[in-house]
Amino acid sequence: MKVHEYQAKAILARYGVAVPKGEVTDSPAEAPEIAHRLGGRCVVKAQIHAGGRGKGGGVKLAKTPDEAYALAKKIIGMTLVTPQTGPGGRLVQKVLIEEALDIDRELYLGITLDRGRGLPSVMVSRSGGMEIEEVAAKDPSAIVREVVDPALGMFPFQARKLAFALGLSGDSLKKGVAFMQALFRAYAESDASLAEINPLLVTKQGDVLALDAKMNFDDNALFRHPDIKEMRDLAEEDPLEVEASKFGLNYIKLDGTVGCMVNGAGLAMATMDLVKLAGGEPANFLDVGGGATEEQVKNAFRIILSDKNVKAVLINIFGGIMRCDIIAKGVVAAVREMGLSIPVVARLEGTNVDLGKQILRESGLKITAADGLADAAKKAVEAAR
Amino acid sequence: MSIWVGKETRLAVQGLTGREGTFHALACRDYGTQVVAGVTPGKGGTTHEGIPVFNTVADAVKETGANATMIFVPPPFAADAIVEAADAGVAVIAGITEGIPTNDMIRVKAFLAGKNAAGEAVRLIGPNCPGIITPGECKIGIMPGRIHKPGRVGVVSRSGTLTYEAVDQLTKLGLGQSTVVGIGGDPVNGTSFIDCLKAFAADPGTDAVVLIGEIGGMAEEEAACWVAGNLKKPVVAFIAGQTAPPGRRMGHAGAIIAGGRGTAADKMKALEAAGISVVRSPADLGSKMMERISKRS
Repeated sequence: MKVHEYQAKAILARYGVAVPKGEVTDSPAEAPEIAHRLGGRCVVKAQIHAGGRGKGGGVKLAKTPDEAYALAKKIIGMTLVTPQTGPGGRLVQKVLIEEALDIDRELYLGITLDRGRGLPSVMVSRSGGMEIEEVAAKDPSAIVREVVDPALGMFPFQARKLAFALGLSGDSLKKGVAFMQALFRAYAESDASLAEINPLLVTKQGDVLALDAKMNFDDNALFRHPDIKEMRDLAEEDPLEVEASKFGLNYIKLDGTVGCMVNGAGLAMATMDLVKLAGGEPANFLDVGGGATEEQVKNAFRIILSDKNVKAVLINIFGGIMRCDIIAKGVVAAVREMGLSIPVVARLEGTNVDLGKQILRESGLKITAADGLADAAKKAVEAAR
Repeated sequence: MSIWVGKETRLAVQGLTGREGTFHALACRDYGTQVVAGVTPGKGGTTHEGIPVFNTVADAVKETGANATMIFVPPPFAADAIVEAADAGVAVIAGITEGIPTNDMIRVKAFLAGKNAAGEAVRLIGPNCPGIITPGECKIGIMPGRIHKPGRVGVVSRSGTLTYEAVDQLTKLGLGQSTVVGIGGDPVNGTSFIDCLKAFAADPGTDAVVLIGEIGGMAEEEAACWVAGNLKKPVVAFIAGQTAPPGRRMGHAGAIIAGGRGTAADKMKALEAAGISVVRSPADLGSKMMERISKRS
């Protein structure tokens, strides 16, 4: 799960990570007061999940409270297009107004799982503001890493190694070490999957602060962080994906025309690949799961059909635990409810396959049966043309 | 022959008395697996579907000689269940549960590493996996037993239903399987591709291996590296997610292209460079294996 910058900073502040003073608002009218409290000069930052906000004009410096008002008025309600939002952009609903600081250096600090080691890795680079992937591609040696065992915590020497690699010294060194240790604690204790401070700011006064902050969280661990779970912003997600998540379905909207309903994540990905190989484009990733009920299947099919780009549906089921008759009943129920104007190709295999096929046949629905994976994909792609 | 599980395996089921635990324990027993115990804290001393239930894994091991467990405990408690099994010295632990927090798995891995360093051979398979099956001998997990056939092809996979797909194709072509291992779709897991490949390499009953990977992480690249220098047996591979967009988690917690790494294209290139036959379509897994095996003989 992703959160906004202002939410990430609020979580980090709880763990003693130094963040700039700031307040969030959805009303331009509040901006001058906030700016005044911050000393007049301030930065107005659009709050959307996508990165690259500065490039899209979503981060601006205000020299006076009046300017803060004008900027907040402009940014709130704007559709911000950044390299990460796609051409459609995102509607900005809130701005974070922060004190303007005297920038000396901008660095990079990030924590994420090193899957090879099975442990979190803390990464730093001197190229703050640049995407870490870009740095990794251009000059991998510019990134210095330290693997940390959460059971032991981040030792001061590990933080010192990274701080020295960043060229910190004197008071900034001490502050940098404290910052990293606090950040690691925040990452580990909040079950984050990513904590990225880019840029990490060193001020002319020698302070070390999180100028920007991005945090992602392990969905599987949200049950023990109800406060973080509440920070989910549904407006930042695709409406169909939000709808699917209500029914416990794994759905990701894509841009193609062949809707896919599959059981199992691996098979769902492979089905998308098959559609592509057959010359089509998948409209979605959808895993109905291993133990889906008729109700879930019905909703899955309904969600696929409500995507207006979908010109044909491919049902690909290998029933292990999932029974083919449940899939068939769910599909029939969905069609009864909302009608069906596009072709459906079904490939059913495994548990109760004959019963499943019989239910589809007797429903009188126009569903094309397919044998095997390749045949199913070919038929679905042809039907979508 | 086979790897890790067979006729001698004695299975305990952690979470036996739950709905899923019961259903799959009985399916395993029907397949021929020796299901010797169930573990549900607080229900020790009772029997469930004719299977004796114990309060702790240690009790189950002591009383029944269980040397494998299958875990159906809900995600918040699953890490504890895995560690309990490892602490009791269970050799093969199949973690079926989906949705265990990554931080919990990091702690589990540390515990298992400590056990292994002390010379106790405990192996976790999964979590978030279908389990492991040696066809005709022992099924531990949720895979449909009837699609399998005893034989000489090893299968290792990060995905569940896609594994069934591969096995089904092999069986229909008359190619039986030595052992089929689902290593699971999570970013931190117990058994790696390389662990399985090493075991298949050493198993005289395995002639060839099917490897099914997916986007995310570097496990397939590492496996390719190992195969290049060590494995003489033919390998056929498929990588799911060739069309997956970056930055989106495709169902499995581990299936995500992040930071430009973990793409299907990179993995396929690495596998091919290691002499592995990589198929573009999962529909070709069986026929490609047939081709590789017949070329050999």
